[in-house]
Amino acid sequence: MSKSKFKNPVVKWIDHRLPVFSFMDHELNHYPTPKNLNYFWNFGSLAGFALVTMIVTGIVLSMNYTAHVDYAFDSVERIMRDVNHGWLIRYIHMNGASFFFIVVYIHIFRGLYYGSYKAPRELLWILGVLILLLMMATAFMGYVLPWGQMSFWGATVITNLFSAIPLVGESIVTWLWGGFSVDNSTLNRFFSLHFVLPFVIVGVVILHLVALHRFGSNNPIGIDVRGTQDTVPFSPYYTIKDLFGLSVFLSFFAAAVFFFPNFMGHPDNYIEANPMVTPAHIVPEWYFLPFYAILRAVPDKLGGVLFMFGAIAVLFILPWLDRSSVRSSQFRPIYKIFFWILLLDCVLLGYLGAMPAEGIYVILSRIATAYYFFHFLILFPLLPYIEKTKPLPISISEPILGGGSAASAFAVREKR
Amino acid sequence: MPKNSKSKNSNEGKRDFLIVSTYTIAGIGAAAVAWPLIDQMNPAADTLALASTEVDLSSLEEGQAITVTWRGKPVFVRHRTPEEIKLAKQVSLDDMRHPERDEDRVPNEKYIVLVGVCTHLGCVPLGQKSGDVKGQYGGWFCPCHGSHYDHSGRIRKGPAPTNLEVPSYKFLSDNVIKIG
Amino acid sequence: MIKSLLLFFSSHISKLFISLVIISLSNFSFAAGEKISYPQLNWSFSGILGTFDRASQQRGLQVYKEVCSGCHGMRLLAYRNLKSIGYNDDEIKAFAADNNVNTINDDGEVVERPARPSDKFVSPYPNDKAARAANGGAYPPDLSLIIKARPDGANYLHALLTGYVDAPKDQKVPDGMYYNKYYSGNLIGMPQPLYEDGVEYADGTKATPDQMAKDVTAFLAWASEPEMEDRKRLGVSVMLFLFLLTALSYFAMKQIWAPIKEK
Repeated sequence: MSKSKFKNPVVKWIDHRLPVFSFMDHELNHYPTPKNLNYFWNFGSLAGFALVTMIVTGIVLSMNYTAHVDYAFDSVERIMRDVNHGWLIRYIHMNGASFFFIVVYIHIFRGLYYGSYKAPRELLWILGVLILLLMMATAFMGYVLPWGQMSFWGATVITNLFSAIPLVGESIVTWLWGGFSVDNSTLNRFFSLHFVLPFVIVGVVILHLVALHRFGSNNPIGIDVRGTQDTVPFSPYYTIKDLFGLSVFLSFFAAAVFFFPNFMGHPDNYIEANPMVTPAHIVPEWYFLPFYAILRAVPDKLGGVLFMFGAIAVLFILPWLDRSSVRSSQFRPIYKIFFWILLLDCVLLGYLGAMPAEGIYVILSRIATAYYFFHFLILFPLLPYIEKTKPLPISISEPILGGGSAASAFAVREKR
Repeated sequence: MPKNSKSKNSNEGKRDFLIVSTYTIAGIGAAAVAWPLIDQMNPAADTLALASTEVDLSSLEEGQAITVTWRGKPVFVRHRTPEEIKLAKQVSLDDMRHPERDEDRVPNEKYIVLVGVCTHLGCVPLGQKSGDVKGQYGGWFCPCHGSHYDHSGRIRKGPAPTNLEVPSYKFLSDNVIKIG
Repeated sequence: MIKSLLLFFSSHISKLFISLVIISLSNFSFAAGEKISYPQLNWSFSGILGTFDRASQQRGLQVYKEVCSGCHGMRLLAYRNLKSIGYNDDEIKAFAADNNVNTINDDGEVVERPARPSDKFVSPYPNDKAARAANGGAYPPDLSLIIKARPDGANYLHALLTGYVDAPKDQKVPDGMYYNKYYSGNLIGMPQPLYEDGVEYADGTKATPDQMAKDVTAFLAWASEPEMEDRKRLGVSVMLFLFLLTALSYFAMKQIWAPIKEK
């Protein structure tokens, strides 16, 4: 079988014994992909690229970093000042975290808009939410490592969330810290976990891809692929499209790294951690702000923690909360409006997370939090009973060809 | 779309050229990114700044030796007696594995300065302290695999292939040397 | 169809992009926190192509040495780093040798030796507690990262250094505190550091407080981001490369997809 596929004798020899080349050829080269994917489908591969970038720069940074409260801050500054190209590598890693989250959030909202989480892709979605959760844990612990003021106080505040758990809360926090405050033991274990979790993410990403390739990508119309006339081989069509998307992404990324490297950071993190002085306003990194707003919106300590984790928990059960059988918002006129409201709601929560918890901000946080849960827990299950969806097209080829027949689509492909 | 085959061919040629050059440029970019990742493992600016060391020899008596640290390695400095200098100079070069004249190894014959790392497999030879084994030739002796060095740090017996390395150094004054 | 796809794409991307900008801006404006506004100066090092002004940096080093270094350390900066603001090896060696660092001699005693270019800037106090004790409990912060560690650092520092004015009548200024119109809360533990002709510039520049504040800010901005010029220079080449790659991959993509998109 592989005889005709590969010309190179070495490749042929290896592939006969270990069919990695057949696998890659099948999954990356011939892999049939819907031909109507828009640019929002670029963000999956961009997320993969961001993950690899973070791992590579992270390994390199760890070669120069010292995980000790007395040396951590200075070792990061040594990377910035003395290590060859250290500033570049560190700024890539630091801004890479933000861009990773930007890409992943767009990827998630893409899934929400086009109903990519619906049967038969429920596990694909759940694995994705798991990746998000692992990313958050990794990012949080990574932010502690430079041992600046925000590192220290962020670690203190977030670990203290667990003290809200009844009875065992205090013991759990002490256990997390390995002491009676965030200190050297905490820094060491955070470094260890920050190093290892990305590889766990890689494992889940592989499962995510296996699940994806089981049924193939969803598409903007949300109807199933009917046959080869609806798909194109991944290569060269989507390899070149991903390369173009990557170039655009890198242009934004490089602009941040080279010209505004500290735009998404906080000045206080250039002050070494001081357990005796809390900065006037502590805020998490921007990608945690919506969750932080939910945490603060609830007046009860335990309640706040539960709502915050609940905001992610609802994502896990989303495939069963949404009762509509129509995937794409293009054919769900009412859901489409609510989708944009949800997006604005999340942006608003992000904004509120950065504002002081007082006055109008508290009230707005509560409204926005209420909407978030209303959207997932009430709107998703009930909307299908009210909403009248638009008629679905017969196949992917039809709308793409603007009234042409499936046969002519086939003819175009034959011509090549 | 009616096209004659010639223009079609040249279009395909242009098309292929465009695609190939796109992927080539992308490949060049990826390769360029590798350099900072590799170069970060080279000595950093602060490490390079410590690459030279000054040593004051004024308190070093005849027959005594001191060991100083330079670039993370021991450097041997021995104040040789006239007897030792004589021995170092009169040996015939024919008897040596790595023939070098003593004059070529010491700018000031009173002081011998050596990198204290055996050229065999990197152990630190004995012979700096007064009670140390100094080997058959009175210089240094490497305990790991039995290399014997003479008063000029030259290999005379044992597995080491070359003489003990003389670091680059210069006398800033009569008694102060700058190594590196 | 392609057009409508593009339209769809652009409108949605722009929405997402705007929201992202809002998120980042909210973070940023929040970081800018304090409601006090101070003069926005036109620094040579601001902007995408900005570079440091060597002469100003060197004057700034003089201000740091003669005025600030009495209380403020710069422990992350090494004397050898001064090479990148235009000093040669001998000048750096002499500059370093004016300071003493502790070392342990062969008899195990702590002795002083002159600082070398490889040493970090010697701090005025042996530790934070001594610094605090010597300044009435107010800790004079280390200046190595001060520009990066304050929102809008350069403008803030310049404003702070020139912000000493007479306190309004209703404002009580306790002993050991000073009134500064740009400091959060207006009461600062640092007495006014810069006075007319407080230093004598070798290049003949008139040493007004404003000039000295600008110079020392230029010096400290470099100390915070010594990589800045390299970073921007490399950034320009990287951006040009990426624009080329984006253009090429766009046209290559159009070529490859042409048979599929053909009607």
